[in-house]
Amino acid sequence: MINSLDPRIKREQINEDNTIAPLTEMDQFETYEVFHQKKRGDQHVHVGIVHAPNAEMALLFGKEQFGRRGLSVNIWVVKTSNVFASDYDDADIFETVPEKQYREAGGYKVMDKINKYKKENKA
Amino acid sequence: MYGNAYIDPNEKANAMIAGEDPIKLAEFEARIARGEKIEPKDWMPKEYRKQLIRMIEQHGHSEIIGALPEGTWITRAPGFKRKLALMAKVQDEVGHAQLLYSAAETLGKSREDMINDLITGKSKYSNVFNYPAYTWADACIIAWLIDAGAIINQVANAKGSYGPYCRALDRICTEESFHLKYGHDNVVTLATGTPTQRKMVQEALTRWWPPIMHFFGPSDKISSHTEILMRWKVKMASNDDMRQQFLNMYVPKIWDLGLVIPDANLKKNEETGKWDYTEPDWDEFKRVINGGGPCNAERLAVRRMAEEKGRWVRAALLRKDEKYVTPLA
Repeated sequence: MINSLDPRIKREQINEDNTIAPLTEMDQFETYEVFHQKKRGDQHVHVGIVHAPNAEMALLFGKEQFGRRGLSVNIWVVKTSNVFASDYDDADIFETVPEKQYREAGGYKVMDKINKYKKENKA
Repeated sequence: MYGNAYIDPNEKANAMIAGEDPIKLAEFEARIARGEKIEPKDWMPKEYRKQLIRMIEQHGHSEIIGALPEGTWITRAPGFKRKLALMAKVQDEVGHAQLLYSAAETLGKSREDMINDLITGKSKYSNVFNYPAYTWADACIIAWLIDAGAIINQVANAKGSYGPYCRALDRICTEESFHLKYGHDNVVTLATGTPTQRKMVQEALTRWWPPIMHFFGPSDKISSHTEILMRWKVKMASNDDMRQQFLNMYVPKIWDLGLVIPDANLKKNEETGKWDYTEPDWDEFKRVINGGGPCNAERLAVRRMAEEKGRWVRAALLRKDEKYVTPLA
């Protein structure tokens, strides 16, 4: 019997060799991805996961885990299995080429033309 | 709190990268050298995965087990405010365990497997929690100095290469700053209090000093194994460097309070700029880490009881159509 300094544990009268059956698959449930919004007007941002048996409890755990210091005004939870993600190996799909300046604001140099026009027509 | 994972320094470095695709390995190492993070689905050497799982999992277990010696004092903390604060701290630590388990899970080990390895004694946790918190002052010394040690370790590891672990540590470090201030405040209260209070805190410091010196682990062997772990940014600082950093930051603060550190050889060496100290008793460290400490059996028995008692609730909540998939990040 464990003779603990902790009175609560002593009262439980636990045996040292209290072997238990191992936790089985799904004992800790599936996971939900948690998104929180720091303040109204902000985007929801992914902050981590919680294990939960259903969405209601995932919201509860999400609030406990990620809203502990008053940093959230709203949270979302989404089952991990419902998220479809791109593959890091396919990161090259995001690459672009310099010729795509036509779709950037910096690709348009109107002032150059205006200044040239003004200079030429000064007389 | 509490990360000080113990990486076996005896493993042969050559075995670490045996059989890995040299091109993928080179890309992986280049990514880390550029300061980029590794994410869960990325290719990684088997040994990188294995060492990280072990390290993050042990860190998670330390948070869970560390809640036990402190939790003991919630009902007996002096005054309502301290009860509230300690309860918040212990809740934080259990939350940290969940963050860390989640990070380890992204590497492919389920939370069930991690808990099973903890309660059967297969996985280790921070050795300091195999010692009891005899008095309220012990709980204060833990909150101040063990958390201080953990912060040094965690701040270093937060700059590591594995994205999910870094993100968990950033969040953890924010909460730890409250623990450290709370612990310091409690120690200062006792140290500036009545003679009985001073005696109590001095005795607790004397008891906890050897475990604190053990906290960062034995000196790292200079091996190619350690070198690779450092290159992979799994290990971010040597155990001795972290211990020196701790001594540098906290010995003066302890001495400020007129407390006596039970090591006559402890002093800053003006020539080297480092602290000299009596070499900690590493045989004692090994004896305790292998189950011989005063509380090893109790800690695991309590965890088993808790798992067993909660099992029917979890079983009742489980729906048959649920399916586990590895978390994303």
